[in-house]
Amino acid sequence: MPAGMLGIEELDRAEIETILERAKQFQPVQEQSQKRLDTLRGKMIVNLFFEASTRTRTSFEIAAKRLGADAISIAASGSSVSKGESLVDTLNTLAAMRPNAIVMRHSASGAPHFLARHLAMPIINAGDGTHEHPTQALLDARTILDRRPTLEGLRVAIIGDIAHSRVARSNVYLLSKFGAQIVLCGPASLLPPELARIAPGVTLTHDICEAILNADVIMMLRVQLERQHEAAFPAAEYFQFYGLRLEHLALAKPDAIVMHPGPINRGRELSSEVADSQRSVILNQVENGVAVRMAVLERVIG
Amino acid sequence: MSQLLIRNGRVIDPASATDKPADVLIQDGVINAVGAGIRAPGAEILDATGLIVAPGFIDMHVHLREPGFEHAETIETGARAAAAGGFTSICCMPNTLPVNDSATVTSYIVERARKLAVTNVFPIGAITRNSAGEELAAVGSMKAAGVVAISDDGRPVMNARVMRRAMEFARSFDLPVIDHCEDLNLSAGGDMHEGYESVRLGLRGIPAGSEDVMVARDILLAQATGARFHVAHISTRNAVAMVTYAKQKGLPVTCEATPHHFALTDSQMRPYDSNFKMKPPLRTACDAGAVLDGIVSGAIDAIATDHAPHPGSEKMQEFEKCPFGILGLETALGLALEYLVHSGRINLARLVAIFTMGPERVLHLGRGTLAAGAPGDVTVFSTDLEWTYDVNQSFSKSRNSPFDGRTFRGGPVATVVNGKVVWQRE
Repeated sequence: MPAGMLGIEELDRAEIETILERAKQFQPVQEQSQKRLDTLRGKMIVNLFFEASTRTRTSFEIAAKRLGADAISIAASGSSVSKGESLVDTLNTLAAMRPNAIVMRHSASGAPHFLARHLAMPIINAGDGTHEHPTQALLDARTILDRRPTLEGLRVAIIGDIAHSRVARSNVYLLSKFGAQIVLCGPASLLPPELARIAPGVTLTHDICEAILNADVIMMLRVQLERQHEAAFPAAEYFQFYGLRLEHLALAKPDAIVMHPGPINRGRELSSEVADSQRSVILNQVENGVAVRMAVLERVIG
Repeated sequence: MSQLLIRNGRVIDPASATDKPADVLIQDGVINAVGAGIRAPGAEILDATGLIVAPGFIDMHVHLREPGFEHAETIETGARAAAAGGFTSICCMPNTLPVNDSATVTSYIVERARKLAVTNVFPIGAITRNSAGEELAAVGSMKAAGVVAISDDGRPVMNARVMRRAMEFARSFDLPVIDHCEDLNLSAGGDMHEGYESVRLGLRGIPAGSEDVMVARDILLAQATGARFHVAHISTRNAVAMVTYAKQKGLPVTCEATPHHFALTDSQMRPYDSNFKMKPPLRTACDAGAVLDGIVSGAIDAIATDHAPHPGSEKMQEFEKCPFGILGLETALGLALEYLVHSGRINLARLVAIFTMGPERVLHLGRGTLAAGAPGDVTVFSTDLEWTYDVNQSFSKSRNSPFDGRTFRGGPVATVVNGKVVWQRE
């Protein structure tokens, strides 16, 4: 089976380091007026997005084009899926047109893993349900490493709807492989106790202040109302107990950074003041998304 | 006069405490004699040298999909798969289209089975009309038409008051009430057992508690009503503990377990492979251990397969979209031998009992023994024959098995229904 990229869990530290290092080399390309490289000229990727996405889809598309590859983006609502075709048939149809890889986002956990068993084509997971979002974790790591020499020993607080977050899972796997201390924080209904066992170095708390205390990195997660099937937490109380406000930042390390995978809901997960503060690296994350995805595309189809 | 002589086997009939080398003579579809050196000139001979000869196995929980879902299975193909699994009698759940909630549907199934099934087929009727959980189904007339139990399998009765009335009503007809114990509010949206693996895979969980609270409710209702209550496919340690407790109290409570709930756990499932998706879901190693212990202790009365065929087109989808259920008829005995007998947990007599006497005691079919005068249903099996399961060769119309390619030590060799050899291993 051709190697795609399905998740962080199955990558080893050396592979991750290689991607992050390569991404760093691609960072200056974003600053140049002539941004196009030739590395993947003549190659083609298909972006197949079964879930709404602006930043990830655009980011993959730009990454492909900067490497000289052709990129086609398909939104599922406008495709044969809405005519009742099965996922396997849709993918087989696209694969018959011989792209070099398919970048896929899907609302079902494991959809790319299932397809990878039935398709002779590399699949890059751009987010599967509540499971993994590997390129997000890679760009988050790149963003942290732009400001810190190493991930080892860093205290990273991940706060919010952990249960439904693919961003949280991928970040936990990645950060744990590099020896970070990870504190997951949320109300008990969004923080299953089993999370403490999914990787070494993970602790859980329901208290946002405890999570933030001495943190080097604060990652806020979006409240995924679309994935909650009942009220796991009274929405009106969420910001009061789990929203990040300026006063919280005093608890963290003086140079702590605030991250968010986007899209942000001001006043729900974090206050506007925090989002716009000097601590926020949210736009750096978006910028690094392109460099990291260039590195991933090059690794998979280069 | 037709005669079948099964020669030179080791006859194990727990109902008559028999375990000895003997011949079995079936005459005109009825057990005639069990003994050494039976002479029956002109009889058809089935050589059972080196094999176990047991009363015909009963699978009290299968889905035959007919009427309504004949693309997945039919009474004919399901019965063939049953015969190849060593089963001579199967009980089919009522979740067909239409639901088996009336004597008309029951009679249709009985009639189709009489014409097309190589095994005996005993329908199980619905508890409520259309299994909607509201009004009681026509239980009395269904019994007259041939149902041997009632169940809203897969669509459990959520309203405790309706369940109470169903148990009272069933008691009047001496029918057992079989419940697929699942609190649908607790399990809603779940695709696999809720625990470490579901958290890791990002799949929504079906908590053990969704089974436990319904087992508890139903045991209490059985105590209050005096009805015979049977737990379908028990899968959690708490549920096994509660049935054990109910039995100690002398309540008329029984239960069955499937082979997959003791042979597989949630951590062994191939990620996002729907051939590992069923209800109840594969639980933890601790739960599977409790099921094995329950079989050893006698808390669990029967092994049933919950054979649930689904066509490939339905199982080849995103995990969360795939229907629940796997095939089970052809692999049950192989798995039971491996996990129960070869592992030293129980002896062969006990193994035969949970496939025969166990379900017989729940259902009162008048089968499950080789006593003279009993119907001539016999399962002949080997305890050491090596064979590999190839699901593409299955008699079922569907292919959804997690055991494809698995090699077994021991399994069915010949199946005799009412004196006729309906399947023999090639």
